[in-house]
Amino acid sequence: MPKIKFLLADGAELALEAENGRTLMETALENSVPGIIAECNGSAACATCHVVLPEEIMVALGPISEHENDMLDFAEAPRESGSRLSCQIRVSDALDNVSVRIPAA
Amino acid sequence: MPHDVDHPATAIPGNESSIVIVGAGQAGLSTAEKLRANGFVGSLTLIGDEADAPYQRPPLSKAYLLGELERGRLKLKAEDWYAKNRIALRLGTRVASIDRGRRRVCLADGGMFAYDRLVLATGSTARKLPQAISRGLTGILTIRTLADIDTLRPALKRRGKLLVIGGGYIGLEIAAVARGLGMTVDVVEAADRPLARVASAETARAVEDLHRSRGVTFHLGKAVDELLGTDHVAGAKLDDGTIIAADVVVAGIGGMPQTALAAEAGLVVDNGMAVDAYGRTDDPFIWAAGDCANFSLPGGGLRMESVGNAIDSADLVARNIMGAREPYKPKPWFWSDQFDLKLQIAGLSRPGDTVVVRHGAGPGRSHWYYRQGQFVAVDGLNAPRDYLIGKRLLAASASPDPAQVADPVLALEALASSK
Repeated sequence: MPKIKFLLADGAELALEAENGRTLMETALENSVPGIIAECNGSAACATCHVVLPEEIMVALGPISEHENDMLDFAEAPRESGSRLSCQIRVSDALDNVSVRIPAA
Repeated sequence: MPHDVDHPATAIPGNESSIVIVGAGQAGLSTAEKLRANGFVGSLTLIGDEADAPYQRPPLSKAYLLGELERGRLKLKAEDWYAKNRIALRLGTRVASIDRGRRRVCLADGGMFAYDRLVLATGSTARKLPQAISRGLTGILTIRTLADIDTLRPALKRRGKLLVIGGGYIGLEIAAVARGLGMTVDVVEAADRPLARVASAETARAVEDLHRSRGVTFHLGKAVDELLGTDHVAGAKLDDGTIIAADVVVAGIGGMPQTALAAEAGLVVDNGMAVDAYGRTDDPFIWAAGDCANFSLPGGGLRMESVGNAIDSADLVARNIMGAREPYKPKPWFWSDQFDLKLQIAGLSRPGDTVVVRHGAGPGRSHWYYRQGQFVAVDGLNAPRDYLIGKRLLAASASPDPAQVADPVLALEALASSK
């Protein structure tokens, strides 16, 4: 059960215990994390689950698909080097104690 | 009088108040969530007639049917979320009637809930084939609920022949999954192209070509006279005499708003529950959101069956119940996954709109729609960047130069700053 900290757009923090195997988006949605709308329920069609992760864990998360890469280019909040769609990230121990920032739209 | 400021229905519900939501799909759940987010502290009851706690419906005909998404991951909220948010979730519960005079909903099992505000989020239901066509045969399915898919999946696992009646999104998504599983697939559609009512001719043609290239057989401009078989369905006879063999039939012939409860209670029903721009019915204590709500807006009535509309209209209704008084500003968008095509649509195109096709650097393409010179909608076919830029321009009421849109050399970024 990795512990994940969500840094919200308004500066607040929300610490959660996540379940391995689910997606980061599902974890956020189940816990009503503000700023993760996830209108398409995780099919990488809407870019409303955009998060920014610390650069040092990007490699551990594996490659980004071309579709996700394209979506991130024009997500509502500007893309950053740690930008990902949280629906495309499976929760694993690699995310334990990681801070996930939700960018201001 | 909905807009009488002295009417008790316009008071912001407080801690003594009770709000009841009928319908535990995406719209009902989102309404509950947003009521809490907007400071409602009173009693909150969410009533659903299905056995399952609120779950995602869109993957049912896509990833879940394919077996790529486990059942547990469909649920929208963790089990303890409801208790944590003091939301009483009543599943497997059918509401029999609304007593508007005493402000109560009466349950089929004899119970009742009193309300200060009632939100109807009853959704839509899959239209069934007429008895004259289906003839009481087994093996004829419609697609709306998790239970529907649980019935369909074993039939798909047996392979064999699938007949899809109706070339809309649900039918085509099921067709794509079934072809992927190795079934023989026939699609019968009364119009001369698939997606006739829900996509442009250009987009529909591209989708049709894709399905044909993957081995789906279309019977366009044809209708099913009757389904054949003795107990279980064995095939279909079309109106031109064609006989198609089938082991299972999926009828994807549209959704109908669930309005029986509202109609029986004497609320105005007109292609869904008639609500004003704020989401309120003609009873100021009763609101509606999602598939079942037909919003009265400056451009005419607007009823949409989409998850985006479910979330946005629920958010609007929750905020307006809590005193916001904001009219609905819909941002229509849809998506569909078929084979390796991801179709993303923003805005509402109509027959007669001018279509500009953009072939960019990648394999995908996009269709941009103009009405009286104004940009009104975009379809991205494996073109997420085009789609997102178009969506952003629509939100800003900007209208990119069609010549620039059609120019494959021009970088998309250049369009983003269109006025």
